[in-house]
Amino acid sequence: MTYIAKPKFHHPGLKKNELGYTHRDYEGKISTLCAGCGHDSITASIIEACYELSIEPHRVAKISGIGCSSKTPDYFLGNSHGFNSVHGRMPSVLTGANLANRDLIYLGVSGDGDSASIGFGQFAHSIRRGVNMTYIVENNGVYGLTKGQFSATADRGSKSKKGVTNTDNAIDLVAIALQLGATFVARSFSGDKSQLVPLIAAAIGHKGASFIDVISPCIAFNNHAGSTKSFDYVREHNDAVNRLDVLVGRDPIAVDYAPGTVQVVEQHDGSKIALRKIDADYDPHDRLGAQTFLAKHAAKGQIVTGLLYVDPDAEDLHAHLNTVETPLNALEADTLCPGSAVLDKINASLR
Amino acid sequence: MSDKKPISSVNDFVVRFANVNGSGSASANEMFARAILRHGVPVSPRNIFPSNIQGLPTWYEVRVTEDGHLGARGGVDLMVAMNPQTWDKDVAGIEPGGYLFYDSTKPMPSTKFRDDITVIGVPLTAITNSTYTDPRQRQLFKNIIYLGALSALLEMDPKLIEQLIGEQYKGKEKLLSSNVHALHLGRDWALQNLKCPIGLRVKKSDKVGDRIFIEGNSAAALGAVYGGATICAWYPITPSSSVAEAFTSHCKKYRHDPETGKAKYAIVQGEDELASIGIVIGASWNGARAFTATSGPGISLMTEFIGLSYFAEIPAVIMNIQRAGPSTGMPTRTQQCDIIACAYASHGDTKHVLLFPEDPAEAFEFAAAAFDLAERLQTTIFLMLDLDIGMNHRLCRPLKWDDARQYDRGKVMTAEMLEEGRDFGRYLDVDGDGIPYRTYPGTHPTKGSFFTRGTSRDRYARYSEEGTVYADNMQRLVRKFETAQDLVPRPLQANAERPTKYGVIYFGSTSPAMDEAIGLLEARGHQLDRLRIRAFPFHSSVASFLAEHDFVYVVEQNRDSQLRQLIVNENGIDPVRLVPIVHYDGTPITARYIAKAIGDHQDHLKVTPLRKAVS
Repeated sequence: MTYIAKPKFHHPGLKKNELGYTHRDYEGKISTLCAGCGHDSITASIIEACYELSIEPHRVAKISGIGCSSKTPDYFLGNSHGFNSVHGRMPSVLTGANLANRDLIYLGVSGDGDSASIGFGQFAHSIRRGVNMTYIVENNGVYGLTKGQFSATADRGSKSKKGVTNTDNAIDLVAIALQLGATFVARSFSGDKSQLVPLIAAAIGHKGASFIDVISPCIAFNNHAGSTKSFDYVREHNDAVNRLDVLVGRDPIAVDYAPGTVQVVEQHDGSKIALRKIDADYDPHDRLGAQTFLAKHAAKGQIVTGLLYVDPDAEDLHAHLNTVETPLNALEADTLCPGSAVLDKINASLR
Repeated sequence: MSDKKPISSVNDFVVRFANVNGSGSASANEMFARAILRHGVPVSPRNIFPSNIQGLPTWYEVRVTEDGHLGARGGVDLMVAMNPQTWDKDVAGIEPGGYLFYDSTKPMPSTKFRDDITVIGVPLTAITNSTYTDPRQRQLFKNIIYLGALSALLEMDPKLIEQLIGEQYKGKEKLLSSNVHALHLGRDWALQNLKCPIGLRVKKSDKVGDRIFIEGNSAAALGAVYGGATICAWYPITPSSSVAEAFTSHCKKYRHDPETGKAKYAIVQGEDELASIGIVIGASWNGARAFTATSGPGISLMTEFIGLSYFAEIPAVIMNIQRAGPSTGMPTRTQQCDIIACAYASHGDTKHVLLFPEDPAEAFEFAAAAFDLAERLQTTIFLMLDLDIGMNHRLCRPLKWDDARQYDRGKVMTAEMLEEGRDFGRYLDVDGDGIPYRTYPGTHPTKGSFFTRGTSRDRYARYSEEGTVYADNMQRLVRKFETAQDLVPRPLQANAERPTKYGVIYFGSTSPAMDEAIGLLEARGHQLDRLRIRAFPFHSSVASFLAEHDFVYVVEQNRDSQLRQLIVNENGIDPVRLVPIVHYDGTPITARYIAKAIGDHQDHLKVTPLRKAVS
């Protein structure tokens, strides 16, 4: 977190998107995270995805908890409202914000300490409620701000920087999200921008609870031999089931299709996800299959990445609650208050 | 045989029903209270129930009060003893000369009765067994049968009870006729076999007027509807659950778009209290009116977020229906014991606005006002009810609403204002009242966005750990709290007939007992000015009241005299001048208790010094 703003000037020839915004319009303050932190790469991917989607930056609400990852919303979309709430409670704050105004785009940014420990309950319940959001966990398996303790996503048997072996089982947030009914579930790696950017773009377009677990190595405390969340380890064990591109109606992205199967998934907002399958047998519409697939690969020490599950016909919490289309925060007394005549009737019924 | 003259009283007595939880008696007992109301006689009922679903003792007490005293009185004139488990205690609780009504189907030894009361036996089980074959029917109709017998014993008009049954079972003819039949079974048996009426009688009167009969929780929920709350996030906890349930019910009636059928509200049962207040804060941050309802243990869980709401200046409304603590305490018993916990909730230096309604009418008004206050002050507002108001029906003045009233959305900078070039600093004290402007997310493409955080920041919401910046912000928050003094409901003062140097301060559900106690104290020769506090921060008139009196009694329902502590803390007054009068056994405080405690203290103060007496 910083109060150092980036200089306003920029090259006049910077490429602009459909709304006339450049990348700079999607940036925030200067990051104070450690040089080389995976989280900064995720920040860059969020910026890229929002730029590509031609989102109006101020129409995004970015909400986080506490921790290194939760600082990052200060570093992107500087013209958006941000909310750095309390440790692990981002999901409830986001849920409330979403209920108040269904017209904004909600980005929830959290960490593994935030979401898999103190906020595990809130993570679970926001997913099961189907809150329309993009919930990104910047997962480094370690508590960075308090200097190196294991988090609940640290793999059993992995070692801390001090050489201590983790004896607790790891929580796999992707497996949990699948089990809880998330309608868009993905995993990626902060060092794989070509995979992560379209995943974020697709998640934003998805109407429902989108969850992306991003392995994001902690350069200071969890990037050593023996760690299963280090850059080297993730690169060596990354098993991508697919690559994807997002095609929005306004400005289709040129796709360089690799050989293999391509599947197009159309979402509520009209955007299309072109899935280039790497694993020919993988079906991202099969929730149970995804769970089994994950478990099998985890047992082999492999980190499965890509779009693991999507339900293009998902409904969100507002649909479940049957709320009006007008944002609730825009309703005033004339439409909310039943008035004195009704109150007189109520009084009469209470005698 | 009674050796004490039976109590004789018209429209002024206490009936207590001793039942077993889950026996279906609640409906009949409440109908008894309502029937007396239909006679034009005020009643003040209280539900005394265990933290259990079935099997444990439960009581329902109806104070019949021609004079309109709505506090608990203490003592029982007529005990309807339907629970063998509590028989001895119930019999012991009857006032000398009182009446005991019981099921006489099985004979009981004489040692189980008292000589100074009148015993009235009705073979309820025998009557039900000879009339009904279904065990559940036998149980349920037994309650209506004793209601019928009581109607004869107290000389009540059966048509008024039939009318109530008709309203309750409207459209359910079978239930209606069978309940009326049961009522007359009991009534006829009593008329034929007992001396009716007894010394206690209900006579038609006109003392109810246009008052309504409503529970505080339901009124508060209605206040939330009228106050424009669109989002409620809650987690079930006694005694607050009925707030959210009533809000749900009211919203279903009054908050659906007539054309689309869609809801102009969102209600979420959170996974816990932490999530509930988090949802409220997120919604309020985004410009919607949101609230949660909880009780003491829930407040404990919410305190982290309450600190955030205070420091980050986000509106929130919390309805705290207090119960006996600490810890799980007595979940179904009343107290006013969260005063300190709420006034200073969360770590660090915090102060929160508390509202203390005295009855359902004020619960309605203050609930609606809480949303205006929350948005005006951009902070958490606590509506401090307790079980005694929240879960009991109270007679109160009709609820009122001014159709010209608009919601006070507080200082919100719009896109137009930003376009005009107004300087926007999220924590700038533009008007000197400590209240800054805020913007809703999504307001303007390039202006007015800011980062909300619980960490320190400067006036422009930029993160800062500078000590002077932090202190500047904390001082502004104090200014804001001072501003709140004149925005919250003011205390109400009533002076004694003669000038006096003694005063009494009280608040919330203590109010009706206090009103009655003043009369008892005057009869004992004590004059007291009284001040009913309706909110924290305290208005300057509280300090004036303290300055004008040598001794001020502070009457409250908790062990540690928490309101007194708060007054001492906030006014810097010598604690010796504030005399605590506390009651905290979980039952509502009574006029008798207050009058005795204050009266005894006053008598002590009035002791003439020996030197003066002998000179």
